[in-house]
Amino acid sequence: MSGAPEVVAVRPASLDRPRRPGRLGALPGPELAWAIAFVAPYAVVFVAFVVYPVAQGLWMARDPSLYRALLADALYPPTVLNTALFVGVGVNAKMFLALLLSGFFMRRRWWIKALLPVFMLPWALPSIPAFVSFHWMLIGEEGLVDRLLWMLFGLPGPLWFNDRWLALTWNIVADVWKWLPFWTLTFFAARMAIPRDIYEAADVDGAGAADRFVHIIVPLLGNLYLVCTLLDTLWTIGDFTTVSLVSEGAPAYSTNVLATLGFHYAFDAAQPALAVAAVMSALPVLIPITLLVMRALQIRQVQL
Amino acid sequence: MSPARRAGAPRCLRRLLVEAASAALALALLVWSLIPVYNMLLIALDYDEGDIEFEGILWPPEPSLHSFHAVVTQSYWLVEDFWHQFGNSVFIALMTMGLTVSIGSLAAFAIGRMRLCRGWLLGNAPLLTYAVPASFLVIPFTRLMASYGLSNSLWAIVAANVAFATPYAILILRQYARLIPLEIDEAARVDGAGPVQVYRLIHLPLMAPALAAVGTFALLLAWNEYLYQYVLLSSTRNMTVAVAIAQFFNSDEAPWNYMMATALIYSLPPIVIFYALRRYMAAGLTRGALKS
Repeated sequence: MSGAPEVVAVRPASLDRPRRPGRLGALPGPELAWAIAFVAPYAVVFVAFVVYPVAQGLWMARDPSLYRALLADALYPPTVLNTALFVGVGVNAKMFLALLLSGFFMRRRWWIKALLPVFMLPWALPSIPAFVSFHWMLIGEEGLVDRLLWMLFGLPGPLWFNDRWLALTWNIVADVWKWLPFWTLTFFAARMAIPRDIYEAADVDGAGAADRFVHIIVPLLGNLYLVCTLLDTLWTIGDFTTVSLVSEGAPAYSTNVLATLGFHYAFDAAQPALAVAAVMSALPVLIPITLLVMRALQIRQVQL
Repeated sequence: MSPARRAGAPRCLRRLLVEAASAALALALLVWSLIPVYNMLLIALDYDEGDIEFEGILWPPEPSLHSFHAVVTQSYWLVEDFWHQFGNSVFIALMTMGLTVSIGSLAAFAIGRMRLCRGWLLGNAPLLTYAVPASFLVIPFTRLMASYGLSNSLWAIVAANVAFATPYAILILRQYARLIPLEIDEAARVDGAGPVQVYRLIHLPLMAPALAAVGTFALLLAWNEYLYQYVLLSSTRNMTVAVAIAQFFNSDEAPWNYMMATALIYSLPPIVIFYALRRYMAAGLTRGALKS
């Protein structure tokens, strides 16, 4: 008994290991009643506002002919490609840059410390103003980006939203801009949690920055990096605001992602069933990723 | 021998190069973070409807607060309900924050501390919410709200926000709770405290940083949300500032300086709250997850 507090202080996670087998039945009667009462409000929210809409969505999208119509529609296949690029490039760029920048912010210089709160600004700034501003920076020769290009390099900026790939690139840039601080802060806090003596031991052994990265950061932050990548993949697949405000799907609906295409089908084309089918077609990707997140969180609990 | 024992001059040069590179990176990050905000300010400060001519200028020749004044005094038809809409946005954000924190912390306490369920599937079931992103559900959700009698109601937005903020809140709260030894709960139980007392008197005070973090997360989520408000709130009285900005954005001949002034005013509350609670954000969001 006397040794327990130290064990707890060092490895709190060990407490999460089940001491007794069993699931629901492990609690005594009144305890169980209280526990259920505590979960009840969330269960109501979950059933009423998640399960029920999902069921209704699946019901709306049940007809196989909807999916044939989607594949035949000229807008759907390019949208799938756009979504894959927006998510694949955007999420990896965010995570990789966030991991590197979190290391940069660990440096002990007063001006780096002072920069951190400014760097957090995009996260605190609401999406709508931020993306409206991105759109306006790229609006043409009056836009700030074009004016800067002209002043600094004497280059006339292209019409950004007249080219599918340029417009798509800016959607990705805006998304990275908005969410990079959140993930940088996550990795920054993770690095702060690594005990200093590990670094000092590495220094004594003559490890350089690259060795430190490979032998300390990668093993200790690897699982967190994986969980964050998967979570952000889920969130970015569902992102509507970025594309709907930055490129607005221009030119000619060629930069839509699934969320904005669904909106277009439902409200411009008045085909709600087709809209739901379009977004639900991402479920074969979304469900395995969700299960992976849940699994990865559990592995971490056991490993720590 | 070891790298630390190399000759002095190259090492000094190397250190200087590293410092110069960090300074350059810091400057680039500063510009990167501020430029969209600067762009908004530039347009909002222009007196002439935000039509900045192409003159290679980086600051309006005659900066004017006229557009902010017009928005605050509601003296233009697109902003005539500004404060009412602002109130709606605040209502949605505060309700989302309060409900997410209370519902989420109760559920996290029951699942994690009272050990209602074990096993990765049941314990992490709230995360299943993210298998279908919120934006994908807006059409079924709208139909559902009509059947619940919540069409064109601010509560419909709050419900959607809470449903999508709470799973992450539960995740963060459970991770953070792992820092608090279960023995504390057990000691209180031995002394005769019931589950409600343990939750209210022991759990909540110890969880304060994490609660502040998830509260801020929910608040920012509500303030960022736009699709549900756009689709569900149709009447002018129930509109929010986010929808009002989108209305500006979608009209062809709107005064852009008013739009940017509205956007800047709308940006202030989350920024103030974020910086006030920043200390908790870093600690609360991640500390529990990374204990190693």
